[in-house]
Amino acid sequence: MSRYHRHITLSEIGQQGQDKLSAAKVLVVGAGGLGCPILQYLAAAGIGTLGIIDFDVVDISNLQRQVLFGTSSLGQNKAKAAKKRLEDLNNEIIIKSYPEELNYQNAIDLFEHYDIIVDGTDNFETRYLVNDACIITNKPLVFGAIYKFEGQVSVFNYNNGPSYRCLFPNPPKKDSVPNCSEIGVLGVLPGIIGSMQANEVLKMILGIGYVLSGKLLCYNALTSQTSVLSIRKIEDNFHKVLKNSLVFHKKPLNINCDVDIIDISIMDILQKENIQFIDVREHHEQPKVDNLKITYLPLSELENHLDKINSGKEKAIFCQSGIRSKQAVSILKKYNITNCYSIKEGASDINKFIKEQHKTSFNVR
Amino acid sequence: MTITIKYFGLIAEVTKQNEETIDFSGQSATELLEYLFLKYPDLKNKDFQVAQNQELVANDAIITGQELALLPPFAGG
Repeated sequence: MSRYHRHITLSEIGQQGQDKLSAAKVLVVGAGGLGCPILQYLAAAGIGTLGIIDFDVVDISNLQRQVLFGTSSLGQNKAKAAKKRLEDLNNEIIIKSYPEELNYQNAIDLFEHYDIIVDGTDNFETRYLVNDACIITNKPLVFGAIYKFEGQVSVFNYNNGPSYRCLFPNPPKKDSVPNCSEIGVLGVLPGIIGSMQANEVLKMILGIGYVLSGKLLCYNALTSQTSVLSIRKIEDNFHKVLKNSLVFHKKPLNINCDVDIIDISIMDILQKENIQFIDVREHHEQPKVDNLKITYLPLSELENHLDKINSGKEKAIFCQSGIRSKQAVSILKKYNITNCYSIKEGASDINKFIKEQHKTSFNVR
Repeated sequence: MTITIKYFGLIAEVTKQNEETIDFSGQSATELLEYLFLKYPDLKNKDFQVAQNQELVANDAIITGQELALLPPFAGG
């Protein structure tokens, strides 16, 4: 019996429909809470070419909902880890991983290679980038977004339908809506919303049923209520994006997560100059970071020692896992101390990176 | 006229309910929002769109329907 027997048996799909799935190219932006179920069902369904773009790495707090990953994937890039899992799920399809950030420079070229774009991102900046790039490349966009116990699903830019900007014309005022992933979310919710997104993709490719174009489906996991609202196309939103399409690739991506906490990787911070490195772990915590000049300021003492913060430098704050460093950035912001970054990596990964960098530069010489 | 207002996401957190039914004598959504801003001052600095009878409308739309919804954008994924 063939892999797709249960599809082919359906008169609405048949071998002809399965061949359509096999010929389709779908790009999933973000392999997180939404991306995981989307990718899982699209790979299982036999989408011929599946692209995954995500710069992030798997963290233990992801496993509560990001079902493609396990403890063995911790620390791995999500696009690569997802590809590995999906290749085991279906070795008859092509899976391409892009372990990088989607930005204004790479979006257009990347989108051109695919038929349908699926949005599984976690911040407004990237959502508007994805929407606008879909308008410029004229690709349909399967949208999904979640908040705590609620989700939204729609299909934009499909058959002359509305775009995300026809629903929400501009990104919200900073800080008025929680951005990124610092708020809680019921683990199963992205599973439900992501599966709905995968369903829209399949319907579009197969040409069956009704696609959620011009409609926004709102789902509440606590009340099990679903509301469907109509969205009208506003041409002006398309004109504005198309008018600026020539300068699109020049825009910088400026993702503001939550309260301006700027997450940065050790690799990026080492390319900067004039940095004060601050370790906010308690004094006894190991390992210490070698080869960098460090200011030791445990989080518990931070507010009593603000004088140790160098106002003339940018501050790069780290801890054991990247959580307390974020708290430190928030605390400093309260005191109007800006130019603070939270290093994504913990102390031991920072050490590892610096060691490897030394090795590389030694080898080059 | 009696209208039911549905609240989603963070808007429901401000109003502390998923929906409510009110007696409203005004004409436009603008008037309704003014009333809601008085009742829930924190709504003022929130971003949301207004839907009337399951259709997205401008903030100054004339109220003809019995059901309104305040819909915020979600970022999470």
